[in-house]
Amino acid sequence: MVIVFQTKPALLAGAAAVGPLEARSVFRSYFDIVADDERFQEKTNEQGQRRLITNTCQHVMDKAKIKNLDVDYFLSGDLINQMTPTNFAARELAVSFIGMFSACATSISSVIVAGLLTELGASKLAIAGASSQHNATERQFRYPVDYGAQKPATAQWTVTAAGYALVGQYQPDFPYMVAATVGKVIDYHETDPFHMGGAMAPAAYDTIKRHLQHRKQKISDYDMVMTGDLGKIGLKLVKAMLAEDGIKNDELQLIRDAGAEFYGDDQAFQAGASGAGCSAAVYYSYVLSQFMTGRFKRVLLVATGALLSPLSYQQGETIPCTAHAIEIAMN
Amino acid sequence: MKESQYETIEQQMTPTPPYVVNVLKAFLIGGLICVIGQAISFFYMIFFDFTEKTVGNPTVATIIFISMILTGLGLYTRLGQFAGAGSAVPVTGFGNAVVSAAIEHRTEGYVLGVGSNMFKLAGSVIVFGTVSAFVVALVKTVLVMLGVVTW
Amino acid sequence: MYTFIFAFLVGGAICAIGQLLMDVGKLTPAHTLSTLVVAGAILDGFGLYEPLIDFAGAGATVPITSFGNSLTHGALAEAEKHGLVGVVTGMFEVTSSGISAAIIFGFIAALIFHSKGKVN
Repeated sequence: MVIVFQTKPALLAGAAAVGPLEARSVFRSYFDIVADDERFQEKTNEQGQRRLITNTCQHVMDKAKIKNLDVDYFLSGDLINQMTPTNFAARELAVSFIGMFSACATSISSVIVAGLLTELGASKLAIAGASSQHNATERQFRYPVDYGAQKPATAQWTVTAAGYALVGQYQPDFPYMVAATVGKVIDYHETDPFHMGGAMAPAAYDTIKRHLQHRKQKISDYDMVMTGDLGKIGLKLVKAMLAEDGIKNDELQLIRDAGAEFYGDDQAFQAGASGAGCSAAVYYSYVLSQFMTGRFKRVLLVATGALLSPLSYQQGETIPCTAHAIEIAMN
Repeated sequence: MKESQYETIEQQMTPTPPYVVNVLKAFLIGGLICVIGQAISFFYMIFFDFTEKTVGNPTVATIIFISMILTGLGLYTRLGQFAGAGSAVPVTGFGNAVVSAAIEHRTEGYVLGVGSNMFKLAGSVIVFGTVSAFVVALVKTVLVMLGVVTW
Repeated sequence: MYTFIFAFLVGGAICAIGQLLMDVGKLTPAHTLSTLVVAGAILDGFGLYEPLIDFAGAGATVPITSFGNSLTHGALAEAEKHGLVGVVTGMFEVTSSGISAAIIFGFIAALIFHSKGKVN
């Protein structure tokens, strides 16, 4: 399904907050808050994630010089069971709230829905985005943080980060949403939870291809196509799949991945970064700022998500994945 | 793109583990941990009243204590990433599994968190050790009773 | 001195087998350790693990395989005295220290340490 927006909902502001390890990110200078405590002075990791979310949203509102009473909708999600960090953050924000789960693709699915609500006239200002906290995610999906298991080269590091955008009606001088593609759930029967890039790459490929076909575009119509958290290996796989379709190298170079670039070439993070907060933080700080400086005129953001749980993995299920895309442009 | 076609591409592009290097690292660190264990054994035999038969217990307890310190300081993950099975297979790995789960679940309280989750990783080792020991001992006992083998 | 060398070689070899189970066999750490424990229990059933301990000392007692061995050993020792009932009652006779130490130190660790996300 490809949605073409008629009223061009705009991304009026964005902010990103990250934890202490993410200070090593290549995108560090674009992040608004770099905390020195991954729990944000709270007692538990999950409370820390709630604080991460509220701090980021507050920063978005401060940037736009508005208060929470001016916000009509809060659309957000995270990876933790029943999304309590986001739900509890919404309690503090006191704004109409829809919790959304597309795993790490929530960074885009939330903004798509915000765009639709704006187009409908139901929302004047909406905050949309996603977050993840390393320790909270790790203990739920993998092992206790201090357990010494060997991670393979395909493993990715869940970031402690949140990224939120303020979505409102079209205004000149702000980037706006042109079109969006809602992802299908694609399952190529991958089973390795330490190789998410390999599981998610086909979903990203499918969404990119459908978006370009429906919009009758080429990759070179964009300044950049940025996937979410495929990691270094997943990014290679997407490029290989597109190359099979005859897309040339100079076009493939326009495809980047937030997770692959996040920590630079630091080997300690294996195949790169992942987590709902990874793509959200990069999209709503770095990408938006590059629009404002005029470097980007049109980009395609494609966030990918692996829709597994520890339970589904233990019961021997494969890893279904999805990818949501949004086309953003600025005059 | 077909799924089978993707599988081929994926296998080409996914790096395989460096088998030889990993095995050598595991051998080296695992061997070293056992050497330290041996030194602790000698310590107990020389300075305390332990024999070669009984020294196993205090040695294991001491090693698990060291494992607790390393885990608590967050150093065991580094060791594990380097050594793989070299730090997982010795009883230090068992200690690490118990201690890391205990620390992790402290936020859910001492009863529901620490108490309930302490063995969530190491529990399978105890269960399978016990069940397999039961089966082996049962078979052997029955065979001895039937006069097929002797103790 | 030879004890140290044999401890190193045998202990290292058992860990190398564990690494192969993980890398080549694609087993999770939990599956690997469970497999090794079962292997230790079976080896003792054939009376093969005790000679290994005599030969390699800590090289055979420190790896997790020795846990399976001790369990079987306790069960067999008790079965020798009391017959079939001993199989169940003797199980933890020899190997209490590993589990009790893990519980006690695990609890102490929970009292004094916090988990921190660290990068390798």
